[in-house]
Amino acid sequence: MPQPMPAPDVLDREFLEIRAKLLEVAASFDRIDRGEGSVEGDPRMALYREALETLLSDQPNRAEQIQQIFSRQYEESWRTKFGV
Amino acid sequence: MSRPKAHGLQPVGSNDHNIDPTKNIKYRQALTNMYYFDPHIHMVSRTTDDYETLAKMGCVGMSEPAFWAGFDRGSVDSFRDYFCQLTDFEQKRAGMYGLKHFTWMCINAKEAENVQLSREVIKIIPDFLDCPNVLGIGEIGLNKNTKNEATIFLEHIDLAVEYSQQILIHTPHLEDKFQGTRMILDMLNGDSRLERNRVLVDHVEEHTVRHVLDDGYWAGMTLYPVSKCTPARAVDLIEMYGPERLLVNSAGDWGPSKPTAVPDFILEMRRRGHPESLVRKIVYENPIEFFSQSSNFSFTPPNVPEAAIQ
Ligand SMILES: [Zn+2]
Repeated sequence: MPQPMPAPDVLDREFLEIRAKLLEVAASFDRIDRGEGSVEGDPRMALYREALETLLSDQPNRAEQIQQIFSRQYEESWRTKFGV
Repeated sequence: MSRPKAHGLQPVGSNDHNIDPTKNIKYRQALTNMYYFDPHIHMVSRTTDDYETLAKMGCVGMSEPAFWAGFDRGSVDSFRDYFCQLTDFEQKRAGMYGLKHFTWMCINAKEAENVQLSREVIKIIPDFLDCPNVLGIGEIGLNKNTKNEATIFLEHIDLAVEYSQQILIHTPHLEDKFQGTRMILDMLNGDSRLERNRVLVDHVEEHTVRHVLDDGYWAGMTLYPVSKCTPARAVDLIEMYGPERLLVNSAGDWGPSKPTAVPDFILEMRRRGHPESLVRKIVYENPIEFFSQSSNFSFTPPNVPEAAIQ
């Protein structure tokens, strides 16, 4: 199905929104840094890093990929494991 | 070093075409309500004022799956009372504003962890299936993707098949969603008795929608502030997958949620320039098409032009 809004129009409409979202993320990271203690070893920080790298890629399904980064793995054999 | 002039450093939509409502059909349409159904909303958690607001915004009806009340109930009698509320009281409250209220019966995935209680609840469900506003079994599903939840999910499926009921399915939240959705699809696909077009798998997002649609089921997108879809991302999914077998809902409940989220979706569709016929298909015709497969569904379109309800 075609997307009716041309790319430049999407950018016009969303420029400030995207800018604001990036600032929120940056400020959140700063806040974590300013807090006492360290979260360096927390696996969630690695997930953020992976998600940010995905944002910089030029693939068409970045939202889906970021969803996958934050998802538990699916195992095909779950029914046998559970016996249901 | 000179930087490129920052593109867009002016108010969003500041070109004349976008802000002059007399020149822009999209904005004129945006001022007009459109009739719609909310196919998944928990009105027991909402006030009567919310029914009134929904009616003013173009809502003509809703379907309310049985769900978790925010605390675990202690006995089968609590569920019986809840089912009475869904099949009687909520219909009356909705009717005060001309809204049609439909509902679905089950024990939800979270309380399904208690297998014994779940089996007691499943036993009383047939008492309610003939109530005139009951569309089927739901919202069943998984929560933490456990063995007990899967066991009770399968027993609900047996119940639905035995009574020829439609099924509405809740998929888990956040990191459990992908795994849980795939497990649910495994159980559905493994049951040849099911008619796939009579099953709705709800709360789909970017990573699960394709699996649900490809397997032949209906898919619901839930517009939730933090944990599910936003109106903009829901419109993205429509643009990527088309409008067939897709529904949008607010899942308005006792938690942070917005009962008027479907009108937000309608507005976003219009702002992007999608035709009215497409918006209407998703928020009005699709729910009617899906619900019509239930023997208890009856609906007479309002005898008032949509423009009159703004
Ligand atoms: Zn729900």
